[in-house]
Amino acid sequence: MNDVHVKDKPDTKGKTATAPAAKSGPLGARIERKEDVRFLTGAGQYTDDVALANQSYAYFLRSPHAHARIRGIDTTRAKAAPGVLGVFTGADLPAAVGGLPCGWLITGTDGKPMKEPKHPLLAQGKVRYVGDHVALVVAETAVQAKDAAEMIDVDYEALPAVVDVRQAATKGAPAIHDEAPDNVCYVWALGDKAAVDATFKHAAHVTTLEFVNNRLIPNAIEPRACNALYSRHDDSYTLYVSNQNPHVERLLMTAFVLGLPEHKVRVIAPDVGGGFGSKIYLYAEETVCVWASKIVGRPIKWTAERTESFLSDAHGRDHYTRAELALDKDGHFLGLRVQTSAAMGAYLSTFASCIPTILYATLLAGQYTTPAIHCEVTAIFTNTSPVDAYRGAGRPEATYVVERLVETAAKETGLAPAEIRRRNFIRTFPYQTPVALQYDTGDYDACLDGAIELADVKGFAKRKEEAAKRGKLRGLGFCSYIEACGIAPSNVAGALGARAGLFEAGEVRVHPTGKVTVFTGSHSHGQGHETTFAQVVADRLGIPMDDIDIVHGDTGRIPFGMGTYGSRSLAVGGTAIVKAVDKIVAKGRKIAAHLMEVNDADVEFRDGKFSVKGTDKNVPFAQVALTAYVPHNYPLDKLEPGLDETAFYDPANFTFPAGTHICEVEVDPETGETKIAAFTAVDDFGNIVNPMIVEGQVHGGLTQGIGQALLEGCVYDKDSGQLLTATYMDYAMPRASDVPSFQVDTRSTPCTHNPLGVKGCGEAGAIGAPAAVINAICDAIGVKDVEMPATSERVWRAIRAKA
Amino acid sequence: MNRFGYYDPTSVQKAVGIAADKAEGRYLAGGQTLLPTMRLRLNAPTDLIDLGQIADLRGIKVDGSSITIGAMVSHAEVSRAAEVVSKIPALAELAGLIGDAQVRNRGTLGGSIANNDPAADYPAAALGLGATINTSKRKIAADAFFKGLFETALSTGELITSVSFPIPKKAGYAKFKNPASRFAIVGVFVAQTATGARVAVTGAGAGGVFRVKAMEDALAKSWSPQAVRGILVPAGDLQSDLHASADYRSQLVLVMAQRAIANAA
Repeated sequence: MNDVHVKDKPDTKGKTATAPAAKSGPLGARIERKEDVRFLTGAGQYTDDVALANQSYAYFLRSPHAHARIRGIDTTRAKAAPGVLGVFTGADLPAAVGGLPCGWLITGTDGKPMKEPKHPLLAQGKVRYVGDHVALVVAETAVQAKDAAEMIDVDYEALPAVVDVRQAATKGAPAIHDEAPDNVCYVWALGDKAAVDATFKHAAHVTTLEFVNNRLIPNAIEPRACNALYSRHDDSYTLYVSNQNPHVERLLMTAFVLGLPEHKVRVIAPDVGGGFGSKIYLYAEETVCVWASKIVGRPIKWTAERTESFLSDAHGRDHYTRAELALDKDGHFLGLRVQTSAAMGAYLSTFASCIPTILYATLLAGQYTTPAIHCEVTAIFTNTSPVDAYRGAGRPEATYVVERLVETAAKETGLAPAEIRRRNFIRTFPYQTPVALQYDTGDYDACLDGAIELADVKGFAKRKEEAAKRGKLRGLGFCSYIEACGIAPSNVAGALGARAGLFEAGEVRVHPTGKVTVFTGSHSHGQGHETTFAQVVADRLGIPMDDIDIVHGDTGRIPFGMGTYGSRSLAVGGTAIVKAVDKIVAKGRKIAAHLMEVNDADVEFRDGKFSVKGTDKNVPFAQVALTAYVPHNYPLDKLEPGLDETAFYDPANFTFPAGTHICEVEVDPETGETKIAAFTAVDDFGNIVNPMIVEGQVHGGLTQGIGQALLEGCVYDKDSGQLLTATYMDYAMPRASDVPSFQVDTRSTPCTHNPLGVKGCGEAGAIGAPAAVINAICDAIGVKDVEMPATSERVWRAIRAKA
Repeated sequence: MNRFGYYDPTSVQKAVGIAADKAEGRYLAGGQTLLPTMRLRLNAPTDLIDLGQIADLRGIKVDGSSITIGAMVSHAEVSRAAEVVSKIPALAELAGLIGDAQVRNRGTLGGSIANNDPAADYPAAALGLGATINTSKRKIAADAFFKGLFETALSTGELITSVSFPIPKKAGYAKFKNPASRFAIVGVFVAQTATGARVAVTGAGAGGVFRVKAMEDALAKSWSPQAVRGILVPAGDLQSDLHASADYRSQLVLVMAQRAIANAA
């Protein structure tokens, strides 16, 4: 990158009390993304672009059954097939090789740990979902590997399967794991049940809803892929993998599964084409390829086919919930009671257990002062692909519960949707919710008022009337969401069952010429970190963006990292970088003081210069850098040479972005077809480093949320357990034509506990949109509920059932 | 994808000759169905006979009462062809509603008709206009051509060369798209032709594209959306699948028919 384009047009959006006022410099500027040049000109380096000398190709034979016992596997013919280098089944794995671990231990209401049945790298004894990994074939070419896989004879004894979370824990359902004969992984609860029950006794009104939060398939544009190399030279492994957190991948793989020395394994996640959560996890495929690469003695490359991704990527959501809200006569919320059945799929994926618990029930206060909340969650195994975090991860599900209830309660009590929210908003901070979280800051009225204005709610009645003349039904739906980003701190998470830390690491390496390389443990798979993080560093060091490179995704170059998920990168990873930069500046001040022969305390750093306070005497940053590496005139007795600092940052709390989304739909009553006429999002993400990138994140999140609400529904056949939506012919992804031109704006209450005052914006759209859309449809057609995805047929049926 | 032989003959006669010679030869037109099914290993022809070099399968001709479109003319060409846009605008519009831009640039009229996918658009136009399917052997009336799901009157090796669409007084097409595939969940083609009103439905039929006699009779009396009011195709005759139940399709057939009638030009 030689040039950075800053749009001439000043940022007219995001005008808030706290936004930096017309500040020049990189912070808060709409700087075009540095990385886009390579992405848009075909110079991206994705895992499938990595060609290693002498590489071979993997193909995974997958289960055609949702549930079956494996009586035997005959690989004789496959092993003899042309080009085959190795065929491996579950029986070939050494006893010391473990199953895939789950990173969060949930303790049930019975005081017992959740059930953790083994998740073998290749099926052992049984297959438990269509797509379960049964055998690995390694061959000279991908086609030869696939051809040979067709020659593996597996003797299956098909067993009854259960795919629906509502059915799986009922009496007589087939047991998926011996360890959990009732298919229950855990029953967990949060909140004071007695207090909640008491509120319902004197409630003036109770709103009750039962609904499905539909199972979604992540669909990153780049399918999962890996290329695993074993080197005899130093007895080490290198794994290229399309992954969101390479250090976690390495830690789990080496310490918990393969028993390899961690320092002998390098994991590189190069350019990654989308993750949405689905690439957080340690999967069987890359783990088996690492293991087999030493046996085969060749690098092994694997790239998932699209249907393979549909079948085997960890899915999202899949809840069934009954929720009740108790209100007093004035519409104040008294108590919230929620019971949720959450599908885990056939095995526990890496963070599966904490999604419908720690990241779900804790968010049920929403933006409201509801004093008593109780949530009980039953996690249930099903004969489906595992379920884990997917954009929002627990928070969209929680928001859907709260915001569908609130809007329904408004309708039932005759209060306007905005009014019922205003009557219940939290307005004093910090605010301790009854479900464990403490919100540090927020201004929910500001976002609600902003959204109402931007969406022209005043003009809605007129638009509805106009639509009615055309035979169409217009509806308006609100959603005031809260989310929690940058899950932290590590010790609290640990007490709640986390088996990993939740800090982030950053290293800032100043080169002798004053150029800077930043190594971050965060990982970008579309978020634009190379630009945003460079803006932060450029601002703090007062040097040009072009002098800064952001490096991520390589355990061989980066000290450590927890990766990117849960909208944590800027708040946690960015803060680690800021802390490392602060160390650089502190050391630079000492060097500069020595050069200018003054006391350290007399030196200040501004606009890339160390200067003596109150004088024009100064040394530029680059000169300090050079001095650090050519320490001729240098306080060697007091200071180490070099200018390279590392910081680890463990946040004191989550950050709490919040906002109000307003969706306006137009329904065709003859067909049930729903069009999003307008969508408005006013979000509080704290301070904003790059408004253009933030808007892009919001647009993408909203599109995914609208996708969940209207189009996307993963369907397994209830009898055979076959995935019926296994291609884009049957699984409807949202397209540009399915969404309107979004109206987005921001308000800001800066986060109180990180130095950037930032909160996180990656998931907000996907969290707020589903409830806003469904609320709008219910408003348009005058019904209480429509199941997601609200397909045309479902909406048509809802209209017909009413009539 | 399995191994296969590949031929690119320059005449219909040569193509038919090669097909006759091969155990399981398949004609390759736009390849929008055949190639994906081969890639998924659902289809494994021994030989592909690419029709792309045969000039006789191209071109759009207008004579007094009909438009004849070559089998290898792409959907994109039909959607833009001035003679189609002016004489049978509903046909041009239908072609422009097929799939996406990539599909429309590759997919062909002949390929679509020969495949007779129950959710494809062209069969509705062919049946709705009372077209004639011209083949390497004969001329087949649309009413006799579409036999069921993916089944046609074509015999082994018989190649569609062109389709002749009679120019109607008025015609309209309304399509309710599957939001995933953009195939028709229901597509209804209506036409006022020299021989009377015709209504053809794609996407909905349990046995593929079909005509709705009751609607045609009603339209013969009065060409208006109101004329077909209340005429519902029984759900028992319709497809139920992941994307739509039979009774929803029954409703959509009526609504799409009314919209096609209203928009007919």
